[in-house]
Amino acid sequence: MPEKSGHLVRSYDNDLKKLTDLLVRMGGIVETQVALAAEAVIEHNAEAASRTVEEDVKVDALEREIEQFVIRMLALRQPMAADLRQVVAALKVTGDLERIGDYAANVAKRSVVLAQFQVPYSLGGLSHMINLVQEQLRTIMDALGTNDAEKAVEVWRSDRAVDDIYNTIFRELITYMMEDPRNITPCTHLLFIAKNLERIGDHTTNIAETIYYTVKGEPLSDARPKGANSAYAVIRPKE
Amino acid sequence: MSATMDQGHSFGGVQARAPIATDTTKISIENLDFFYNDRRALKNVGLLLPDRQVTGIIGPSGCGKSTLLRVLNRMYDLYPGQRATGRVMMEGENIISPDVDLNSLRARIGMVFQKPTPFPMTIYENIAFGVKLHEKLSKPRMDERVEWSLNRGALWGEVKDRLHTSAMGLSGGQQQRLCIARTIAVRPEVILLDEPTSALDPISTLKIEELIDELKNDFTIAIVTHNMQQAARCADQVAFFYLGEMVEVAPAAQLFTAPREKRTQDYVTGRFG
Repeated sequence: MPEKSGHLVRSYDNDLKKLTDLLVRMGGIVETQVALAAEAVIEHNAEAASRTVEEDVKVDALEREIEQFVIRMLALRQPMAADLRQVVAALKVTGDLERIGDYAANVAKRSVVLAQFQVPYSLGGLSHMINLVQEQLRTIMDALGTNDAEKAVEVWRSDRAVDDIYNTIFRELITYMMEDPRNITPCTHLLFIAKNLERIGDHTTNIAETIYYTVKGEPLSDARPKGANSAYAVIRPKE
Repeated sequence: MSATMDQGHSFGGVQARAPIATDTTKISIENLDFFYNDRRALKNVGLLLPDRQVTGIIGPSGCGKSTLLRVLNRMYDLYPGQRATGRVMMEGENIISPDVDLNSLRARIGMVFQKPTPFPMTIYENIAFGVKLHEKLSKPRMDERVEWSLNRGALWGEVKDRLHTSAMGLSGGQQQRLCIARTIAVRPEVILLDEPTSALDPISTLKIEELIDELKNDFTIAIVTHNMQQAARCADQVAFFYLGEMVEVAPAAQLFTAPREKRTQDYVTGRFG
């Protein structure tokens, strides 16, 4: 991730490059998963839904491969300074990507159930949220490939927007459920879908923080952007 | 104070770092230059050795690491044409001043070398030899001192039954611990270690490292090492030297995870070309 030019031992460079390539490949599959999950929900595409779930196997396999490769590098190369940060970052990023893949798969599974219901309202908000999350994920994978700390900060800041939409959707869905109990089942699924998307945003933010630390050698110090407080506002109104 | 020299504060575009000594500073090196005849081997070096901490000194060959240790106990005095300028303050005294008594200085600042250098005599005599130069001890007191030193050198258990056999019969790792015990025997304040484990096997190396960890409770330690992992394991702070300059000093964890200087970064990651 940080700017690299020639180790004295050239195979070390190859190892680091391989690590980045593996992550980018994993990121690519996860991006596809999120896109497929979006299609599954918004366009009720059951085929897309099952493909999302199938991709998970590849993602899990890559996560294991990256983990093993990182452990191998720690043991055999004993990386220092920027190299050490990069190798440890890979371990964290692979975990975040794997979670994002899981959330996408969960969204896809719920979309299948959801398709059995008449949803009497627009999915525009959700669609917008999906677009934002996808854009963030794409940008963060670019930042990862190019060691772009500034781009990472951009993504980190934009998580606020995702949280805001999530809050709006949350309130909207609660309203539908209160209006008509028959909405409870589909709305609960939508609620979880929205929550999953919000979590994808959070993991993307984690990746942003990791990239920033890797490149700069210091943590992204401002308080993490936090917008998703609707849950607490509703569940614990008295506090 | 004739060793002090009015030296400009910048060399080769590198600003001299003005170290600020505190109560816990054992040795304060300020604007130190060192010359082998005309060759300037140390350039305006500033570095503080904190009391009872381990300072690791790393850098490529020829960067001035060993020269710095040679300055600290005035080894260079033996050679004409070698001279140091600047200040190396230990408890208010500039130890590179010609007024300093070398024998007592070397008792206060002990040194251990790369290759074990036991004297060709018994283990007991190896320890007692240095002590006799500085103190007159009765036989029982000397016995005590020898046992104490060998204990601190983590060697007592292995040699207590053969104190009066030749030290040359010890293994390399044992010989090196003997040398450390011999250094400790005169009760110095500072111990300088110049690549103390580069001739040793990994297990002996770990024993020495464990010993260093133990010794820093009582002594201020500076260790020159080519093994970065060793510096990472042993040192509280690490100084990186390059071409006679002190490029960067930082707590070990910082220097090895996020060094400030590009040259440090390139060196510790193995990118030096």
